[in-house]
Amino acid sequence: MILVTVGMQLGFDRLIRAMDEIAPTLDMPVIAQTGRGQYCPVNMETHESLDAGEFEALVAESKLIVSHAGVGTVLTAQRLRKSVILVPRRADMGEHRNDHQLATAKQLSGRPGILVVWHAAELGAAIRESLANPDLPDGEPKASAELLNTVSSFIERGQV
Amino acid sequence: MMRSSLDPHDVCYATTHKDMAAAHGIEDAAELPDCNQRTPIRALFCLIAAIRLVLKERPSTVISTGAAPGFFCILAGRLIGAKTLWIDSVANSEQLSMCGKLSKHIAHECLTQWSHLASDTKPRFRGAVL
Repeated sequence: MILVTVGMQLGFDRLIRAMDEIAPTLDMPVIAQTGRGQYCPVNMETHESLDAGEFEALVAESKLIVSHAGVGTVLTAQRLRKSVILVPRRADMGEHRNDHQLATAKQLSGRPGILVVWHAAELGAAIRESLANPDLPDGEPKASAELLNTVSSFIERGQV
Repeated sequence: MMRSSLDPHDVCYATTHKDMAAAHGIEDAAELPDCNQRTPIRALFCLIAAIRLVLKERPSTVISTGAAPGFFCILAGRLIGAKTLWIDSVANSEQLSMCGKLSKHIAHECLTQWSHLASDTKPRFRGAVL
């Protein structure tokens, strides 16, 4: 099963519509958490929102997660060692107040288990590639060496 | 996640959920009442508890990884002359949390875990837990 999630606050029709078009070409079901969008999917099981327990259970069952670039989803996916494809929301398309998701995706891009798709047209190919050659997170998320060194340095010398 | 930097030192952990600390092998964590900007009475109790804890432990350094109870510990840390470090939660990728913004004025150093939210002084970016 592929789980699609756009967070519990805003709709994200560009991603939901793209996934609804891709769903029939995949040989597994797609379950989508859609938020308050306008578009009505026909090829996917949908839920406007999911509570934390339901969401976690679906992540655990999924083969792959396709998500907006929300930190909550990324943390859950990494903890449960699932691959996630991120499609960042864009302010110029009215998908969020600002472009922090582009910046978030840029910082996360290339980490084990995280693939960023910048254009919806590339999503189908990215999903097929990810299913064929899964790129899984390499374990529990770890603090970067830079952050650990900074904390040590602050404790010992008061400098960051 | 930052235990390897903390373990060489004498550390007192404070949490709002003792069972969470125990689940990570910290049995003697101090507990503070959870609170936020919508629970002013609990916030007052939490502030008092944080000041009492800091007066009892007399830390040389106070580090908070976020939220109001941690902010109160930083505030109390300033009162006793401790070095204070705010590390804003990795969950805040759109903007610094409210306590994070306050900590820019209170804590000695303030870190964000997102490079696009960083500035030259406060908050700085020095890596992330992700």
